[in-house]
Amino acid sequence: MSFFKRMKEKITGTNEAVTEKFRDGLTKTRDQFTSKVNDLVARFREVDEEFFEELEDLLLQADVGFETVMELIDELKIEVQRKNIKNTEGIQTVISEKLVEIYESGEEANSDLNIQEDGLSVILMVGVNGVGKTTTIGKLAARLMAEGKTVMLAAGDTFRAGAIDQLVVWGERAGVEVIRQSEGSDPAAVMYDAVHAAKNRKVDVLICDTAGRLQNKVNLMNELQKVRRVISNEVEGAPHEVLLALDATTGQNALVQAETFQEATNVTGIVLTKLDGTAKGGIVLAIRKKLNIPVKFVGLGENMDDLQPFDPEKYVYGLFANELDKQFEADK
Amino acid sequence: MAFEGLAERLQGTLQKIRGKGKVNEADVKEMMREVRFALIEADVNLKVVREFVKTVSEKAVGSDVMKSLTPGQQVVKIVKDELTNLMGGEQEQIKFSRKSPTVIMMVGLQGAGKTTTSGKLATLLRKRHNRKPLLVAADVYRPAAIEQLETLGKQLTIPVFSRGTDISPVEIVRQALEEAEKEHHDIVIVDTAGRLHVDEKLMQELADIHELSSPDEVFLVVDAMTGQDAVNVAQNFNETVGITGVVLTKLDGDTRGGAALSIRSVTGKPIKFVGVGERMDALEPFHPERMASRILGMGDVMSLIEKAQDNVDEEKAKELEEKFRTQSFTLDDFLDQLQQVKKMGPLDELLKMMPGAGKIKGLENAQVDEGQMGRVEAVIQSMTSKERTAPEIINASRRRRIAKGSGTTIQEVNRLLKQFEEMKKMVKQMTNMQQRGKKRMKMPGFDSFFK
Repeated sequence: MSFFKRMKEKITGTNEAVTEKFRDGLTKTRDQFTSKVNDLVARFREVDEEFFEELEDLLLQADVGFETVMELIDELKIEVQRKNIKNTEGIQTVISEKLVEIYESGEEANSDLNIQEDGLSVILMVGVNGVGKTTTIGKLAARLMAEGKTVMLAAGDTFRAGAIDQLVVWGERAGVEVIRQSEGSDPAAVMYDAVHAAKNRKVDVLICDTAGRLQNKVNLMNELQKVRRVISNEVEGAPHEVLLALDATTGQNALVQAETFQEATNVTGIVLTKLDGTAKGGIVLAIRKKLNIPVKFVGLGENMDDLQPFDPEKYVYGLFANELDKQFEADK
Repeated sequence: MAFEGLAERLQGTLQKIRGKGKVNEADVKEMMREVRFALIEADVNLKVVREFVKTVSEKAVGSDVMKSLTPGQQVVKIVKDELTNLMGGEQEQIKFSRKSPTVIMMVGLQGAGKTTTSGKLATLLRKRHNRKPLLVAADVYRPAAIEQLETLGKQLTIPVFSRGTDISPVEIVRQALEEAEKEHHDIVIVDTAGRLHVDEKLMQELADIHELSSPDEVFLVVDAMTGQDAVNVAQNFNETVGITGVVLTKLDGDTRGGAALSIRSVTGKPIKFVGVGERMDALEPFHPERMASRILGMGDVMSLIEKAQDNVDEEKAKELEEKFRTQSFTLDDFLDQLQQVKKMGPLDELLKMMPGAGKIKGLENAQVDEGQMGRVEAVIQSMTSKERTAPEIINASRRRRIAKGSGTTIQEVNRLLKQFEEMKKMVKQMTNMQQRGKKRMKMPGFDSFFK
């Protein structure tokens, strides 16, 4: 059975609306990327060295990064040899398969959040400045509410002007309580308060916002560690999730971000934001490969419901949707 | 360090060439491969890299690189010069309108740092150019964006014009311009909402604001960490509103910032400012040469020197120099030194700015122990002033007391005293050398205190 067929079967079983969302959100990305792949396939009849060089460029332009691209190309070359693919017609399937394989890196990708059956679960949101932590929290709160959970937010960004107000607005939109102190107060103290409030009110999930910080600011990273410590001292096993928000437009520095935040706070998952632009966020491939941090959610727009669980197959589907549709037509 | 600099990368290639005496075209080609690699790792757009490498190769082959004794250095120099040239050679000033007010529009993607930069820019214009800016809150979309600008305005005591979120940004700007005229503001900074460059509706809105206010400057605010997509972003914004300059933000991170080169080469518009910190005065003019070094991973010596100049008291430095000469350098002075270095920021950050710091033995993984520095401080602070000026009086019982007082051990106290003695000796040798005309100023053994 062909890859596309298998994928189709997987997808038809899932929620149409979600798939739709992925498609719409990724339209720009997909248009650019697929049209380039198509160009490539059309231009080259044979799968030769030149073809691979072009493919290499294509992936580099998606911010995948040199090392990962080289590894990917090498693997593809082996695959092509093994399957004895001579012309470019069959290559597209191999490329998509390989991309999914890297995302899954040997294990079934699991984008579920670690939410406790009973008792409080704490989610800590971290990341550099301007990646969309607060917005993601708003969307995530709405998502969890829709799943029937009770949610509370902690306004841990006491540094940036207006950050608390921003979270409060999102709290109102989602209809959840926001625990806050005044601007400039100690974020660790906010967390302490919030954890206790969450325990008292018996909410299911507490999502903690933190101030954006560049990963090379030692003091600020120490502060983040302290915040984490306060949470883990108050709730056993907490934080249950530490989500790193990554801007899809970010280049190779994202890998350094993931590495440093991983060291400081033990990141459990990535939220890839702003994927509705033309940026492809290819660096998550490298991050998954090198640090084995899975992508748990992607941000595909500005609406409340534009946060979707990351599904590598759908992601690749989004990238190659045009091609898939063509195959479906042909099958009929 | 996560990324190697170009110089280090070229080392490998050069080693092969070294024995040959002469460099041929193939060698240059190999070096250019390294250049390409370094630039892509620095997030310079692939197409820009290709063009750049082509230009540089031609220059390298055509010039005297082949005959040069140090072809590697020569190639690095050509690459760096070319980068510097491309990024704009001269520094660009803000263009003020002859007719007041000068209107500056801030545009960019979400989270690039437009609002923060607006605040910084207003501060800079007031301080350096003696202007009276008005900040305009035209971001009616992001929750609390207006509050953010208002809070900044309050902190900076710069007036902010806002009309809530229920009227259109175009109307807000129109009213703000009236207000500016009435209140005699000579600068109007319009903080627009972050938007995707592919969002046609919102891009049209920007075009409308542009048409209404005919701004003198349109600054595209770009995150320095932006990857390959920087060219698309810059191109689209430039086509829609015709940007006049670029502000590169978050450059205090550890990104190479190749986006700077990408944007410059696709728009041809100068980078006017860089954001280098969270404080409101952390907006600096753009220095193409420093950026070139940074993209190539060659260290940022100029910034280091400037940082030192900003933080080191010149008077004190002179005093210290005098003390060196007369060899009356005491532990007090040493403590002073220590505190000045600390003021300059986290030590490992400083080390990263030093070219080749990654190469110095023992500094490869430059994790300077700031705690160790604190301990040294504590030891000195636990001494009496007499002990600090004449450490030779410190006997066993004094050592015990100092160790106890500083919460360290006698061994640590001993080590510090010994190192201080050695340092004094070396200073003595050095000053002698200097007197004999050999100018070699180096801080001997200073680093050994922190290991």
